[in-house]
Amino acid sequence: MTELSNNNFINTISSKIPLILLFVSILNDYDFNHLGLKYFSFNFSYILIFYYSVKKSESLGYSYIFIAGLFNDVVGGTPIGLTSLIYLIICVAASYLRNITLRPSLIKDGIFFLITILIVNSLLFVALNFIFNYELNYFDQIINITYTFLLYFLFSSLFDIFENYFVGSNNVR
Amino acid sequence: METSRDDFVIAIRSAFLKKGAQQRFSLLSLILFSIIFLILGSLNFKAINYVKITIKEIVYRSSFIVSGPENFIKDSYFTIQNHTNLYKENEKNKSELAKLKSKDLSNKFIILENQRLKNIIDDYVSESDAVVAKVLSDKGSPFLKSIIINKGSKQGLYLGMIAMDGEYLVGKVVEVNYLSSRVLLLSDLNSKIPVTLEPDGLLSILSGTGEDHGVIQYTKKYKEIQSQSIIYTSGTSGLFKAGIPIGRINSNFLDDGKKVEFFSDFSQLRFVQIFSFIKNEAE
Repeated sequence: MTELSNNNFINTISSKIPLILLFVSILNDYDFNHLGLKYFSFNFSYILIFYYSVKKSESLGYSYIFIAGLFNDVVGGTPIGLTSLIYLIICVAASYLRNITLRPSLIKDGIFFLITILIVNSLLFVALNFIFNYELNYFDQIINITYTFLLYFLFSSLFDIFENYFVGSNNVR
Repeated sequence: METSRDDFVIAIRSAFLKKGAQQRFSLLSLILFSIIFLILGSLNFKAINYVKITIKEIVYRSSFIVSGPENFIKDSYFTIQNHTNLYKENEKNKSELAKLKSKDLSNKFIILENQRLKNIIDDYVSESDAVVAKVLSDKGSPFLKSIIINKGSKQGLYLGMIAMDGEYLVGKVVEVNYLSSRVLLLSDLNSKIPVTLEPDGLLSILSGTGEDHGVIQYTKKYKEIQSQSIIYTSGTSGLFKAGIPIGRINSNFLDDGKKVEFFSDFSQLRFVQIFSFIKNEAE
């Protein structure tokens, strides 16, 4: 009986790990900026949201993603609501991909992810630069998009391993 | 052809409107929510401002806790690195100390003379009490160079106060909450302050670059700038007192624009002093 309740507890915790990871990454800037590498930055939250919205949408609730976006706006100092909007657009793209895909493949997901982040980063750039008068470095954005795209494959594999071996769920798409 | 168009519409409609098993809101309603937030936020709507302040207090505090393990690893790394350089630094410090001691005596005389002269020209001479603030979180993002400190309007902070690391300028307060504030660092892309370059006395603007150095802009006398020139605040804007040291022109970068190496290492800030400068009315 105790073992059963322990197992339930572990299952609950491990199913919440993506959500915890999302909030920790937002509050802590989980992008290795502190390493001081000049040409390296990526957006971990984009990868996490896209992956889980495509593969296991119940892991990250849309409401939590919305709240995470508000938190990110406060941490990053951007106009409140903007990151939420960007995150939700990623969710829309992921949800569309899930609906149209019959035979999932990492390459197709990756290419769709690249198109999605190109669109959302363009929207972000336009909104910040032209509407809210923030100065952004275009080159930094390109670096960020490139590494986010490349690291999608790595993190996607890591999340697959985590879902299959630790959570043990069979319903990962 | 008709069928594929129908499929597209169904997929899009489903993406926007379908709620998952544990979803309370559809994506469309949350997107509308964010747009409303954005519009009302840009119009400075009161309710949104209260929401913003509440989220800020929660986020800044929890950000400090969450970044604890990472900061511990970072601190340990820098501590080990410091230990390895200790002997060399000690030798260097000893020789520098001897030089500084001899300079100190003449400096005391110059300070007194300077204060007397500033009183005559009605310049900023006295500073408000310093508020020492702990850095809660340091956003090393390439898009935003700012720090969050644990002092806010409760401790008397207000917008425009300046943040210093020892004797060096690091930035100014751009956001004040009740118990926390945000300091925009000099290295941020949006930071622009009037400076003077010594020994030539050139006036210019120091802009942040989003990286760990600044750049000298808006001066016609680029060629006159010497390598290793020291950058001080010029006091032109009226916000800063003149003569606060900021950094020096790095000779290694001299050909590639006039890049400024800051005296203070912004990635190592743990505590900052917050000041505002006021004129000595009694004089």
